[in-house]
Amino acid sequence: MMTSRHWLARPFSERSTLTFLAVLCGAMALVVLANLLPADHPLHVSTYTVTLLGKYLCYALLAVAVDLVWGYLGILSLGHGAFFALGGYAMGMYLMRQIGDRGVYGDPLLPDFMVFLDWDSLPWYWLGFDMPGVAFAMVLLAPGLLALVFGFLAFRSRVTGVYLSIITQALTFALMLAFFRNEMGFGGNNGLTDFKELLGFDLSADSTRLGLFIASGVALALGFLLCRAIVVSKLGRVCVAVRDAESRTRFLGYRVERYQLFVFVVSAMLAGVAGALYVPQVGIINPSEFSPLFSIEIVVWVALGGRATLYGAVIGALAVNYAKSVFTGIMPEAWLFALGALFVLVTVLLPQGIAGLLSRRRQHDDAPNNMAVKQEATP
Amino acid sequence: MSFLHGLADRDRVFDFLVPQASPVDVRHGPILYLEDVSVSFDGFKAINDLNLTIDDGELRCIIGPNGAGKTTMMDIITGKTRPDTGSVWFGSRHNLLTKNEPEIARLGIGRKFQKPTVFEALSVFENLELAMATDKSLWPTLVARRNADLRNRIEEVMETVGLSALSRRQAGILSHGQKQWLEIGMLLMQRPRLLLVDEPVAGMTEQEMERTAELLKGLAGKHSVVVVEHDMGFVRSIARTVTVLHQGSVLAEGSMDKVASDPRVVEVYLGGDEEAA
Repeated sequence: MMTSRHWLARPFSERSTLTFLAVLCGAMALVVLANLLPADHPLHVSTYTVTLLGKYLCYALLAVAVDLVWGYLGILSLGHGAFFALGGYAMGMYLMRQIGDRGVYGDPLLPDFMVFLDWDSLPWYWLGFDMPGVAFAMVLLAPGLLALVFGFLAFRSRVTGVYLSIITQALTFALMLAFFRNEMGFGGNNGLTDFKELLGFDLSADSTRLGLFIASGVALALGFLLCRAIVVSKLGRVCVAVRDAESRTRFLGYRVERYQLFVFVVSAMLAGVAGALYVPQVGIINPSEFSPLFSIEIVVWVALGGRATLYGAVIGALAVNYAKSVFTGIMPEAWLFALGALFVLVTVLLPQGIAGLLSRRRQHDDAPNNMAVKQEATP
Repeated sequence: MSFLHGLADRDRVFDFLVPQASPVDVRHGPILYLEDVSVSFDGFKAINDLNLTIDDGELRCIIGPNGAGKTTMMDIITGKTRPDTGSVWFGSRHNLLTKNEPEIARLGIGRKFQKPTVFEALSVFENLELAMATDKSLWPTLVARRNADLRNRIEEVMETVGLSALSRRQAGILSHGQKQWLEIGMLLMQRPRLLLVDEPVAGMTEQEMERTAELLKGLAGKHSVVVVEHDMGFVRSIARTVTVLHQGSVLAEGSMDKVASDPRVVEVYLGGDEEAA
């Protein structure tokens, strides 16, 4: 029985998790090899494509984080873009400090936008971001703390359901407005950009881009394993219990708000990591990442891929973003309509998402969290 | 030196760190004691000077017309609703009015809701597992393993409620009666001293009702059981003592025959309609 092992080791005895890891590693190895082929080889994959795929992997990790709270805990967060963006800003601040005196204005200490705004010293919250250790800790701490405070207040007051969704939406909107302001000291609407290097590696170099792609994949694999370990533990079953019958769980003696808070904070931190890996690959972070629309888009990925499976979230994120890249290339103005139509179609025709299609065949040996089982088995 | 050795001994937990198990003190008689309890919602007195005592090991049925305050009374005992006045004691040691829902659940008061609420996406086994009386804080739950103790306890309870064969079945696809029994099983996993059971046989077939009656009668003695029920036939088949609630206070109390012949009860509850009895 898998629950007799160390809790972090449990996912390794699941066939679905091993399959997922094998597919992920295999696909990544192929991409890396194809990228290393000479440029004129027919199977060569350009570094541009590698970076694009790396971006998708970050989105996939973000989708896994959302699926953890939505699929298993029933908290529909429409503000996970905020945690993603905060992680991104923490990384962006580090990258800004790494520019040093190579900026347009050549100031050894101040980033360009501060020189432009005539600031004469670094705001206190920028201190320490020249040290990677501090910056990387902030990648986890900034979203984690926000989620902790926000979640503490929300869950303590037993705000759930659609009300919580609205508040999370308001949260990310408020942060977007705040980050748009130049006085905040995060570059206003231009955000942070013009990055040069990360840990001494030139960000424009092909090898660095390949490294970031691999790092994103590894982060996705580790994040997936962590979420899986949480989900198959007894705590995961408590989460499902909270999702389906919150007050019942409370009567059993569980402090529901602590479970919600724990999972919410873990999820926010994962979103932060995704954001931090995303920023060096796209080369910019600006307040548009806080936009409510982006947070809703994440939810669409998860719904499309299939809730409460985790791998469904990965599939959804990759599929939708690939479609987005293709579609916005062909007819950009139609993309939002296509996305909306896709969402409606999936909700109506495929309530379990793409993962529901995959698991339909092996529904009997699958985890109890698979709601497809319930629906189909009920006469 | 031996004291220092004692401190260095990591195998055992020091006495002062052991959570104070506070057993329910029933030496003075009742396990549950409600005195002069009143609560009103927007001026409507849902509970009005209610006095009620339940003895240890007793099986008590509570009946009353809709709006008599049965569910509100359950809410007060389990900490969901705070009364405006009065006192509620569990044994003679625990003042329930100072405790919240999880604390009261941990003291050993289990509640079965009117509508069966089991965790539909989880299996019978997992439902019982979550209900097991154990440390329910975050970290222990995350690292929890299924040991022999837990398995034995779950087997035992599944045996009691008659669901052994359905251990791996998803709770969502159980029949209505099976869900009710599973929920009673979940209560038993918490090793409660007092069971509050809200309309256990609503919507059950005759056969299921009989089994439920057997089950509840079997539980009395080991546990104190309070059953709120509408079905008079069922109440008659299990109850030794019946309490009739009306407009938030006790109208009559005694054996079923005595209560059923009380003219006030006949008037308010049965509405003079003999067939309803």
